[in-house]
Amino acid sequence: MDIFLQFDLPSILLGSLAALACGLLGNFLVLRKQALMGDAISHVVLPGIVLGFLFSHETGSWPMMIGAGAAAIFAVLLIELIRRVGNVEPGAAMGVVFTTMFAAGVVVLEQSGTAGVHLDVEHALYGNLESAIWLDAYTLSDLWNLEVLATLPESIKQLFVVNLLVIAFIMLFFKELKISSFDPLLSASLGFSPKWLGLSLIVMVAIAAVAAFSAVGSILVIAMFICPAATARLLTDNLKVQLFISGIASLSAGLFGYLLAAFGPGLLGYEISVSAAGMIAVVAGLQQVLAMLFAPQYGVVMRRRRQKVHANI
Amino acid sequence: MEQFFAALTMSAGYNTALVCVGAALLGAASGAIGVFVLLRKRTLVSDAISHATLPGVALAFIIAQTYFDSGRSLPVLLFGAALSAGIGVLAVDWIKTHTRLTEDAAIGTVLSTFFAVGMVLLTVIQSMSIAGQAGLEGFLLGATSGMLKSEAMTIALAAGLVGLAVVLRMKEFSLLCFDEDFAAASGYNVRWLDRTLLLLLLGVVVIGLKTVGLVLIIALAIIPPVAARFWTDRVPVLVAIAAGIGASGSFIGAAISASAPNMPTGGLIVLVLFSFFVVSLLISPVRGILAAALKHYRFQRIVHLRQGLLAIAHNEPVLEPLTRSILRKGGFMSGDGQPTFKGQSEARLIERDQKLWNLYREIYPEESHALADWSLKPIGQVLPADTVKVLEDELCPHLVVSTETPKGGAI
Repeated sequence: MDIFLQFDLPSILLGSLAALACGLLGNFLVLRKQALMGDAISHVVLPGIVLGFLFSHETGSWPMMIGAGAAAIFAVLLIELIRRVGNVEPGAAMGVVFTTMFAAGVVVLEQSGTAGVHLDVEHALYGNLESAIWLDAYTLSDLWNLEVLATLPESIKQLFVVNLLVIAFIMLFFKELKISSFDPLLSASLGFSPKWLGLSLIVMVAIAAVAAFSAVGSILVIAMFICPAATARLLTDNLKVQLFISGIASLSAGLFGYLLAAFGPGLLGYEISVSAAGMIAVVAGLQQVLAMLFAPQYGVVMRRRRQKVHANI
Repeated sequence: MEQFFAALTMSAGYNTALVCVGAALLGAASGAIGVFVLLRKRTLVSDAISHATLPGVALAFIIAQTYFDSGRSLPVLLFGAALSAGIGVLAVDWIKTHTRLTEDAAIGTVLSTFFAVGMVLLTVIQSMSIAGQAGLEGFLLGATSGMLKSEAMTIALAAGLVGLAVVLRMKEFSLLCFDEDFAAASGYNVRWLDRTLLLLLLGVVVIGLKTVGLVLIIALAIIPPVAARFWTDRVPVLVAIAAGIGASGSFIGAAISASAPNMPTGGLIVLVLFSFFVVSLLISPVRGILAAALKHYRFQRIVHLRQGLLAIAHNEPVLEPLTRSILRKGGFMSGDGQPTFKGQSEARLIERDQKLWNLYREIYPEESHALADWSLKPIGQVLPADTVKVLEDELCPHLVVSTETPKGGAI
């Protein structure tokens, strides 16, 4: 039991919390057809993180968070600038900016010699979920012992705060987010600017991405911004229900993904464990595949069946 | 620095030269194909393609290593990459057409899920504890330092072939980008053409994996066309410029990385390409920022001059500082704000011109609307002489006006 508490539980918590923060925000990205913004953001924070790291010389620090947030905002402004001034198509403008900023991050990282010490690019891509440990926990009762809870890894506490922030943001601006996602013109005429709301959404996305980033890596971040929200979108037409479903999908992907990665190979008889972050993303992807095929109203199989019934009548 | 110039002038050894030439060919091919992907507004599909190569590379490595003991063979790995990237493209299309999700969500799904599968497989490879797996990391960010001669040769050859295919199919692709329906009506198989385009893009991505790495390879297909777009509006020229930018950027980037082996090749190439983009954005005479600013400046001066002269003609004081300074510089106004003799006569001409234009707007409202910006020029330079004569007769019916068009000269 104590091994589970010390090694598996922190990783599960970390993965699930990272998934939840990204998964909830992802709903609005998917609805606004900005799904790839999550992709772009998770790439552009790299130079910010590197600079923050060079400044503070420790991972998971606040300078890193601030650097990443600044990089995200800078990227959004740059994309907008290139789009407007150069009259470049939005997708292409995004492609130009995020590849360049990622490249700059990679070059600075290798150049400054920080690579391999605490931070390297593979780490940024894959994350390091398994490194979360909670050595002070021995029994189940430690789960509600505040003193022991305080010794949880810093990244988990950080993600917990970020989750609270995300949920507060969504609850406070639910109406505004909803209207501006479905009908930007109506939103503008009602007096809340879709532009500012869009920018604050991107800032929240950046915060969530950065908090999740150092723990689980950029690829899992991208997957979590899109897959749970897409899954939920296939299952319902009600935004509140969709948020709820995407939350459950993210949490369960975090849980089952980790369990599969840690114990799956063992069950098959191999003495190895595979990348947990990768497995969580794979589970999220599988959930979406299931939803695409078997969703009651929008699933491909059900649609086919309905078409057949119609044809027979 | 010395080494960089040696690499740049291809005198830093045969291998380095081969790598640089391979990178240049790759840049040219991806720039050329990227033009059509950009024009079809499908740039980010390449992002899905590049990430979707990872599971293929990993699986190919596992299979080749277990059964043939040749895991590092580049063609095998690239074949696996192409296969899984192809499945990825089909998956994007399937999600887009068969579910309610939009293309961006489809791309994001495929990109992240495929890459995650690849990640899981990579950890499997790591725990297989077999030799030769070190080369796989190079696929993420590109590494040319340890490249074999045969590998560099394969890359150069394949890139050249893809570039050639793009040039040969240029006409069909342009048609596909600008008028799909017309292409279909002319008997082209649009679906097949679209697939060919994506297949060539896929080819470029796969070939570039080793040099640039899968995270940044899409920059090679995005940045050169976007930069080239500032210089021209004609497709063949666009393809040529994009290929040129891609080739020179990749060549320089590869040369820098040859002189500094620790630096990731892909990152350097992308940064060089981005500097090309910035230069194009700023100084291109066609659509650059400087050109646009200059155009705006000229336009502003013309408007101010005309308004100022009209004010003089109507005996109104000119108060606007910019207008005053423009009038003074042109010698139309003296230092104390009084119009000079030259200003008076020029003002008469402009007033007459303006009256003719006003009349034209009254009589032909629609035509004049189409000429909106032209109406800042002297009317005789824009409209045919006989129209101007009709207008002049209308303006002063009792006067016999010579058929000569008025001399503008003010602008």
